[in-house]
Amino acid sequence: MLRIHCPWCGARDEDEFSYGGPAQRRRPADPAQASDAAWAEHLFTRDNARGVALERWRHTFGCRQWLLCERNTQSHEITRVEPLAAAGVRPAA
Amino acid sequence: MQRYSFWSLARHALRGHRTWQPAWRDAQPKDAYEVVIVGGGGHGLATAYYLARNHGVRRIAVLEAGWLGGGNTGRNTTVIRSNYFYPASTNFFERSLQLYEGLGKALNFNVMLSQRGVLTLAHTPHQMDMLTRWATSIRMQSIDAEMMSVPQIREYVPLLDTSASARHPILGGFIQRRAGVARHDAVAWGYARAADDLGVDLVQNCEVLDIDVAGGQVRGVLTSRGKIGAEKVALAVAGHSSVVARMAGLRLPIVSTTLQAMVSEPVKPILDGILISPTVHAYVSQSDRGEILIGGRADGYPSYAQRGTLPALQDTVNALVNLFPAFSRLKLMRQWAGVVDVTPDSSPVIGKTPVQGLYLSAGWGTGGFKAIPAGGETLASTIAHDRPHPLIEPFGLDRFVTGHLVDEGAAAGVDH
Repeated sequence: MLRIHCPWCGARDEDEFSYGGPAQRRRPADPAQASDAAWAEHLFTRDNARGVALERWRHTFGCRQWLLCERNTQSHEITRVEPLAAAGVRPAA
Repeated sequence: MQRYSFWSLARHALRGHRTWQPAWRDAQPKDAYEVVIVGGGGHGLATAYYLARNHGVRRIAVLEAGWLGGGNTGRNTTVIRSNYFYPASTNFFERSLQLYEGLGKALNFNVMLSQRGVLTLAHTPHQMDMLTRWATSIRMQSIDAEMMSVPQIREYVPLLDTSASARHPILGGFIQRRAGVARHDAVAWGYARAADDLGVDLVQNCEVLDIDVAGGQVRGVLTSRGKIGAEKVALAVAGHSSVVARMAGLRLPIVSTTLQAMVSEPVKPILDGILISPTVHAYVSQSDRGEILIGGRADGYPSYAQRGTLPALQDTVNALVNLFPAFSRLKLMRQWAGVVDVTPDSSPVIGKTPVQGLYLSAGWGTGGFKAIPAGGETLASTIAHDRPHPLIEPFGLDRFVTGHLVDEGAAAGVDH
């Protein structure tokens, strides 16, 4: 069970949160011009890091805010949580 | 190789079982091989076996970081079935089921295949429509599937709560009677023993640290036990596919997460086949030892931790107790997890890669065990001829660019 420190609500169990994908994904700048390979890269290819990963999480059953979460995928240790907007990442990608 | 038979068992029994030979050699890695297979699980071992047997390749090594069959091959719930939706999947998995049906004889190793059927349940009228469509699709592909009414289900699984007041009311289901289970360790060990007999070097405790690629062509691997040259390298490392593929500069459409399973204390025979409820995401069978074997959903986020999280376990047990109220008295004996490599369309990624001489068997997700014989057979053929075997042509990496996904998750609502 993860305990995630929501910046607004405090430490809560992972049950209240939903995973929202990796934080670094960027939509192709000019969608109409992007090649099939560029779209595949954006839509399907993942770093799938073993170790520290930057992730989007949402406090779905709490304040419903989007968060940026730095989490180790091997040990599940969470080292940083901050509002997604403050981290300069857009919620939907 | 010492052949196993009733007579060999009797002969060894008379000698007090002191003259059995090890089932395979503890091979030391050589300087170079024709084919190096990374990953000594079911897929890696089967690939080595078919390469040696069907294609006469003699210099093969299987490199395993831990021990043979210690990853997902030894952690899954051993379900074998071919009830998929799209012909691309059904053709492949039906071939796998057929190979399983003759595997014990082919390997001279009892894999304890037990074809007691897999029953998939529907809890809403919409799901009944879906199951009917699904079962019809399977039958049109000449594979066995039949719808079951509630009275038939009650007879097949008497302990199931089929009452109208059940938490998850059951409206019907469909069964594939040729589906079943097999002993997972035996599948790994059987392939290992048969491959070793054909001269394959099985090297355990040998972790691959880097892949040597020069000029777009694979040259070998760097391991914890030294450098090993190879003309061809195949990756069959399940949950760690992204990590190992990155060593060769490849990025994959794969997310690794944990899938857990658990067994109860052993009880008398009460379940005949396998029962699956896609809605509540639980599946259950009874092992030959009497344990109730329970599986459910994968964890909700990426993970390389081979342990599983509590919320997924709670969801699964909750669902199961609602389906089988009598199971509330059972004590859970063991729980474990494996790291599964899930693709966007829940279908495998198997075949050639952009690197010349590098082959991939990955993305088996939550259902790689049933694919072991056909996965090994087709990858061996792909490696030997350097062109995809017809059965796995639809499962190439390039489908994510061309858009020809084989989306079983959407078509049948099941994971592979």
